[in-house]
Amino acid sequence: MDFTSLTIDATRSAVQERKISATALAEIYYDKIGKDDPQIGAYLTLSKERALAKATEIDALAAKGEKLPPLGGVPVGIKDVLVTKGVRTTAGSKILGNYIPPYDCTAVARLEAAGALVLGKLNCDEFAMGSSNENSAWRPVHNPRDLSRVPGGSSGGSAAATAADMAVAALGSDTGGSIRQPASLCGVVGLKPTYGRVSRYGLIAFASSLDHIGPLAKTVRDAAIMLGTIAGRDPMDSTSAQLPVPDYVAELDRPVRGLRIGVAREYFGDGLDDQVRKPVEAVIQKLAALGCDIVEVSLPHTKYAIPTYYIVATAEASSNLARFDGVRYGYRATGVRSLSEMYRRTRDQSFGAEVKRRIMLGTYALSAGYYDAYYLKAQKVRTLLTRDFEEAFSKVDVIIAPTSPTPAFKLGEKVDDPLAMYLADIYTVTANLAGIPGISIPCGETKEKLPIGMQILGKHFDEATVLRVAHAYESSLQASHHH
Amino acid sequence: MKVSEKDVAYVADLANLELTEEERGRMLRDLNSILDHIDTLNELDTATIQPMAQVSDRFGAGNSGQESERSYANRDDVHEGLRKSLPHEVALANAPDSDGVFFVVPKVIER
Repeated sequence: MDFTSLTIDATRSAVQERKISATALAEIYYDKIGKDDPQIGAYLTLSKERALAKATEIDALAAKGEKLPPLGGVPVGIKDVLVTKGVRTTAGSKILGNYIPPYDCTAVARLEAAGALVLGKLNCDEFAMGSSNENSAWRPVHNPRDLSRVPGGSSGGSAAATAADMAVAALGSDTGGSIRQPASLCGVVGLKPTYGRVSRYGLIAFASSLDHIGPLAKTVRDAAIMLGTIAGRDPMDSTSAQLPVPDYVAELDRPVRGLRIGVAREYFGDGLDDQVRKPVEAVIQKLAALGCDIVEVSLPHTKYAIPTYYIVATAEASSNLARFDGVRYGYRATGVRSLSEMYRRTRDQSFGAEVKRRIMLGTYALSAGYYDAYYLKAQKVRTLLTRDFEEAFSKVDVIIAPTSPTPAFKLGEKVDDPLAMYLADIYTVTANLAGIPGISIPCGETKEKLPIGMQILGKHFDEATVLRVAHAYESSLQASHHH
Repeated sequence: MKVSEKDVAYVADLANLELTEEERGRMLRDLNSILDHIDTLNELDTATIQPMAQVSDRFGAGNSGQESERSYANRDDVHEGLRKSLPHEVALANAPDSDGVFFVVPKVIER
């Protein structure tokens, strides 16, 4: 039996029924990582001791015949921007090359409390800044479907590990599409929850008003299990909401008949590759056939989302990344004569080109004389973009959109053109600016077998409906598969 | 060109970055190309629009003293004082240089 291709429930059942021990399962995953990951590059650090300690606990429960927790014995991977106590956490940056965090990220702690085995830390763009994973200071990640192509970013390692069966599921972070876009490019499910739904305690901050933590998984049901585990109020993050967490799994099978599905023409305009457009349009037809009402909506400010995002995100990043100064943790330049020289040399020698570019852009946008023209302007347009969604959601329950305008591109194709790379986030940044939930699910393939993904966007705190529509579509595929 | 070489040097200084000659040239090109695109925001009249700093701004947090379950909550006071902080040696464990009590840095006063 191939244990590495199982879903969360099937993995947990296999351990519960003692078809395999959690310890043996962890070893199988580590063997697979040892064999396949040199070509892919998804893992930066393995946390074998930690995973095996948890596996021993789970095996003891199973041996006593006790009911395992929801993720009992399930091997997962964690994006390297989420801190893990005692396990090296680099955020994909040289500046944190030897950083051993003294505490655990809440989302990671909650997965482990639910029985998950944390296999290791997953590669990503430096400080989650990128759309191709080529900005990792350590090594690029290769798309498991086609090793000459990018896996997307910034959670490229999380998407690739899940797609290549090197983890049952993974945690990623999403500031402008960094969960959904790599999920789309690698052919897995990726969910960005509502702002405030999941605690960010222990997430190394990029842009605090846009950063989210969420799951990448092989099925919508697995994403629902992961979200249910990590969601909910955390006293350590004052931006986490008090709203109770619904039973996302129980909601999955409710019928979708009569739901109103919004289609925004702004998301199907120029720049959308036909290889993406066609499968997404086919999904809309499929949902209509399932009894959903298809309603045209308008999100008129969509074309302003990228410029708005790249001001807000870089301004916040320039402030957040000021903490990396070589004093309390991380890399420090040597041979310096003064404190100010130490700051400059430390940051110069250990930040990559994209991180420097964003710090520069953000610092410029916040600097005297430019604050009103750039930062304040962008904050105002953020209001307009959010109002677009509020109006659309007064008419519909969810909105369908492409995730990425193109399938996975070749490694190296866009590295010299930052603006072209930014424009690849066109369909995803809006959900971060407005704080609404969005999922990317696989919806087809190109002729070259490259995965295509599409998004389902929902109302604030309505992940349940987003997941339900995603699950209905996914189930309809499996049903037609069996004919 | 919006950004000049002088601006690049000034902003790098604000951001505690030095940048090599080559990096400065590239930064000049990239910042100008990105800012050109960002200028499309000026097509919009936003004179009467409120800025949005946080998603909670849309949930009415802080308005009329009413607390929604969606808004960000205040933390309860911890009556026995502040939460325990990290032990000294743990807080210093990742420091590039320390004397066991303090973080050690090069001389601060330069002249």
